[in-house]
Amino acid sequence: MKTIDLASSNRSFIQQVEEESGQDVSRCYQCGNCTAGCPMNFAYDLPVNRIMRLIQLGQKDTVLASKSLAYCATCETCTARCPNDIDVATVMDVCRHMARREGKLAVWPVRAFVGSFLKTVETFGRSYEAGTMGMFMAATGRLISDVDLAPAMLSRRKLPFMPHSIKARDEVSAIFKRFREGVHEQK
Amino acid sequence: MSRNEPFGYYPGCSGQGTSAEYDSSTRAVCAELGIVLQDLDDWSCCGSTPAHTVDHCLSTALSARNLVQAGKQGLLDVTTPCPSCLKNLRVALRNMSDEHIGPRAAKLLGGETLKEGHTIKSVMEVIHDQVSAEEIAAKSMRPLTGLKVAPYYGCLMSRPQELMQLGDPENPMVMEELLTAAGAEVLPFPLKVECCGASMGIPLNEAVTRLSGKIVDLAASLGADVIAVACPLCQMNLDLRQGQINRANKTHFKMPVMYYTQLLGLAFALPHNELGLDKLVVDPQPVLNKLADQRRGAAKVEQTEGAA
Repeated sequence: MKTIDLASSNRSFIQQVEEESGQDVSRCYQCGNCTAGCPMNFAYDLPVNRIMRLIQLGQKDTVLASKSLAYCATCETCTARCPNDIDVATVMDVCRHMARREGKLAVWPVRAFVGSFLKTVETFGRSYEAGTMGMFMAATGRLISDVDLAPAMLSRRKLPFMPHSIKARDEVSAIFKRFREGVHEQK
Repeated sequence: MSRNEPFGYYPGCSGQGTSAEYDSSTRAVCAELGIVLQDLDDWSCCGSTPAHTVDHCLSTALSARNLVQAGKQGLLDVTTPCPSCLKNLRVALRNMSDEHIGPRAAKLLGGETLKEGHTIKSVMEVIHDQVSAEEIAAKSMRPLTGLKVAPYYGCLMSRPQELMQLGDPENPMVMEELLTAAGAEVLPFPLKVECCGASMGIPLNEAVTRLSGKIVDLAASLGADVIAVACPLCQMNLDLRQGQINRANKTHFKMPVMYYTQLLGLAFALPHNELGLDKLVVDPQPVLNKLADQRRGAAKVEQTEGAA
């Protein structure tokens, strides 16, 4: 059985999650409604109610290393069904942001998909499905990923070979550039 | 606002590719109903789910750029068919006036600000707000009589409630009202706001074969002729990936999955090419055949009654 040393509670982590999410995590009384409705629970290493409990106990490392943060589909069923009105999905979202910032977010294929998608947006101003899939397949080595879908998509002209670039691509790429430079964090 | 004033129309990226039929059927149905859509100039991606899972400021800035564009065109009321775009645009509008995140997101936007008084609605809400059920019924030259429809909203249309405001987040009824007005028999569908697996289908295919599998399975066991959807990603998971679902679950479903706008368009007798029926992966012909059979049946009854 895994035990938790309560002396290892990281209080600044609890405070940071509460500040970034605007939620009072101490309101969670472990009813389990969030987990009962969670469609992605089958893929989680920690059910979402346990993530909430671990946050209350300041278990930063365990939470940020959890695969559940990556596999959360952001469907917000947990938020809708919380009897204490905690926006659980936003708590998951800010933990995912923290894990990403600290380079701890688990599950490489999820990171690769997100990265590929956003790269096409940064480059063309709009997302580009064929480009996202190409980059995802190259990054993960999953070269046969979803190729079974290609004939149906191509015959219906649903997978344009060329991206739909916008004129003001530079405006969109500037948003990404400022984000990477941390302009939004400067006083 | 009056129906003749244009709405700023944000098509969303998938409307240019994987959901081209949603875009074209939306435009056709709105034109038929006298709802004027004016495309936002040089619109860009809202960031979708990937951006908000990375950072809320980034997501807000990417979405808000489109509201800046709308403001420059003098368009305050913005509408989009895509639930993911809808949610991102609404969150961005809320965040831009939030004292904590607003100024930070504005820095990413390069100092651009929003005009006061924007509203953002789904096309579904716009149709529901602007057009009465009687008017939809009157427009339905070929009503969807006898067609059993499983209405499927997915995650984003109704959650979270205070932001999306589509009635009961567990049991929205807007799509039901529109399709019932067009003559369809809309079934009570208990999985209507369950998750389809969303974009997890790419990194973790099992997410879709499990979750979308349940949705197709339930629709079939309720005797639905078609699943009606409002989200491009749900449509792709249920339709394009139905073969993957069947292989993973050892099932043999051939359940047509159509946008609610395509069904309204059929009722309004709009040209099939505008509705993009040829873009669907699971053949919708059984739906068309059933509607044609119903019409022939009705015509026969009328003839007999006329003779008698």
